[in-house]
Amino acid sequence: MALANFSSSSRSNLLKPLAPVLSFAETLRRPISTSTDPLIIETSVPFTFHNCEPPSRSVETNPQELISFFRGMATMRRMEIAADSLYKAKLIRGFCHLYDGQEAVAVGMEAAITKKDCIITAYRDHCTFLGRGGTLLEVFAELMGRQAGCSRGKGGSMHFYKKEAGFYGGHGIVGAQVPLGCGLAFAQKYSKDETVTFALYGDGAANQGQLFEALNISALWDLPVILVCENNHYGMGTAEWRAAKNPAYYKRGDYVPGLKVDGMDALAVKQACKFAKEHVLRKGPIILEMDTYRYHGHSMSDPGSTYRTRDEISGVRQERDPVERIRKVILAHDLATEKELKDFEKEIRKEVDQAIAQAKESPMPEPYELFTNVHVKGLGTEAFGADRKEVRAVLP
Amino acid sequence: MLGIIRQKAFAQSLQRIRPATSAWRGYSSAAKEMTVREALNSALDEEMSADPKVFLMGEEVGEYQGAYKISKGLLEKYGPERVLDTPITEAGFTGIGVGAAYYGLKPVVEFMTFNFSMQAIDHIINSAAKSNYMSAGQISVPIVFRGPNGAAAGVGAQHSHCYASWYASCPGLKVLAPYSSEDARGLLKAAIRDPDPVVFLENELLYGESFPVSAEVLDSSFCLPIGKAKIEREGKDVTITAFSKMVGYALKAAEILAKEGISAEVINLRSIRPLDRPTINASVRKTNRLVTVEEGFPQHGVGAEICASVIEDSFGYLDAPVERIAGADVPMPYAANLERMAVPQVEDIARAAKRACYRSVPMAAV
Repeated sequence: MALANFSSSSRSNLLKPLAPVLSFAETLRRPISTSTDPLIIETSVPFTFHNCEPPSRSVETNPQELISFFRGMATMRRMEIAADSLYKAKLIRGFCHLYDGQEAVAVGMEAAITKKDCIITAYRDHCTFLGRGGTLLEVFAELMGRQAGCSRGKGGSMHFYKKEAGFYGGHGIVGAQVPLGCGLAFAQKYSKDETVTFALYGDGAANQGQLFEALNISALWDLPVILVCENNHYGMGTAEWRAAKNPAYYKRGDYVPGLKVDGMDALAVKQACKFAKEHVLRKGPIILEMDTYRYHGHSMSDPGSTYRTRDEISGVRQERDPVERIRKVILAHDLATEKELKDFEKEIRKEVDQAIAQAKESPMPEPYELFTNVHVKGLGTEAFGADRKEVRAVLP
Repeated sequence: MLGIIRQKAFAQSLQRIRPATSAWRGYSSAAKEMTVREALNSALDEEMSADPKVFLMGEEVGEYQGAYKISKGLLEKYGPERVLDTPITEAGFTGIGVGAAYYGLKPVVEFMTFNFSMQAIDHIINSAAKSNYMSAGQISVPIVFRGPNGAAAGVGAQHSHCYASWYASCPGLKVLAPYSSEDARGLLKAAIRDPDPVVFLENELLYGESFPVSAEVLDSSFCLPIGKAKIEREGKDVTITAFSKMVGYALKAAEILAKEGISAEVINLRSIRPLDRPTINASVRKTNRLVTVEEGFPQHGVGAEICASVIEDSFGYLDAPVERIAGADVPMPYAANLERMAVPQVEDIARAAKRACYRSVPMAAV
């Protein structure tokens, strides 16, 4: 395994500080989370590529980044599990699509880009939103339909947005977000911003016609868009081999280059996204297929075990869990102790619980909010409630 | 098919359908005349010139100069970055337009006809109309979807559908339907400047029609308010509401009615959503009788909404049941005689107005 390569021969090299030599014990007592000394780690799975040269398997990172990966993913994991409980307690209604298992994609992508780059995704958006700078309070309050939510309670689980951080949602119609993402990239190119858009979709959406329509136009017009297929192998209850004649999604772009990435490895994701960003700024669109997995069912109404075996789910958890992998890397490089990592997790648990408590305090939207934001410019026209003689409002 | 459109477009530009002389009463004294096509072209040109964020995309809008020549000259003037020819993929390019609007650009997306908008309707409704609401104001969508709507001549069932009531039922959208060149200029400029998604329903057969335009209309700052209807002809006996091509027919019907002593008030809706309920109701309260006219299918149509609105707000003022004139409740046939029966004619409007005034033949036995 790649990690073994580094633990013996290179470890002493990597941990050697560039400044005055310190003893090994003293090295550990430095506050590791702020160290940005470069670290090169190899991805355990090579990239598979189509119509392009793949990026190197050696990923440049540093202790601070690895710790932040751990914290980020552990927070996302804890958040999704808490959302599961809230849903079962009926505090969250309607749809709730959980991302646990897929955290590496959100976290790895963020590490490769800036907030001026745009991300757009479908409805499994809680963690992507968090990665873009959303807070736990905004997430839980929105899920519970409260004013403190990122969409003030008017959107719900599938409609999180953070425009100032380049997060454009949060979309409920499978596949629609892909042309929208290509549109964002079009606007970025039109405005000469030198930024890119990542349009995320699942293996289920990968067969949508509008995806190919948008991809054709993006390739024709050289738009800086990266199509990211988060392939968790099941489109709701349908396995990829039952839905796609060709489930090699990274090849489906035909004339568009593609890369298949181990989506459970945050470092591989980061490398691929960095590569993709550079590519699309010069050469038009690219497809990234992230080989990932969701532990929960499609949504809270799906147990997730009727179309896949429990052995498969626990197998992935044992062997490929993204949080555990980063934990192992951190421990292997002595960037933190097991206790320190466990303390982080305890801290995160507390943060999540606090956010939930705060979210529960947040009130539901005021009745007048029924009629706000229908338009930007309401022109003073009237809108009606269910009984138009009882409830009328003038749109602001 | 394109050959036929080219021929038709050519024929339209040659045709000068003179509006009935009394229709001129509604316009200020003007020396200049302008076709609806020229009005739309000049509006697009001026708005693109004024705001670099405005761009046009659609099938054949660039090199072909527009399937109906509405975008003539724009590619040459603004270049291929702002006038974009798209492949024939409505779902794809409409989604791209909406995404560009999310980012802050101001796209004008052309549908060659609104029949093809059905392939992209998910983006119009779910991606554009609802986004400002779902995001509590974060994601606004300053986009215009425009193109010819409704029946043309002899184009058959799949190319003649009117989408006014489809889009007008959706909160979050604004739906406009110009009639004259003044309407076309003022409403298109307003639509492009408006920060919300606007569905702009033109009419192919009106493109070549000429209307007088005043100096005010020709000014580049000219804009009409969205949500306000125009009283094209004042009257006191019966109110006739119409939009798009049917305004012309209603005005002709009003002429015929005038000769028989019925003074009809013709309202050009201009805006289907928001609907100018105050103007319609004020008119009905004055005349006490209402005929709604539209080219589209009657069930759940614009006339149905106007009728309901008037009954809710002005029931006591009605002296007769509301009359609805609409397209026949069948897919549009091709044969010329059947097509004629499938679309409202001037005599249909006049007859309905007389019925509302209790001055006509009894209704045909069913």
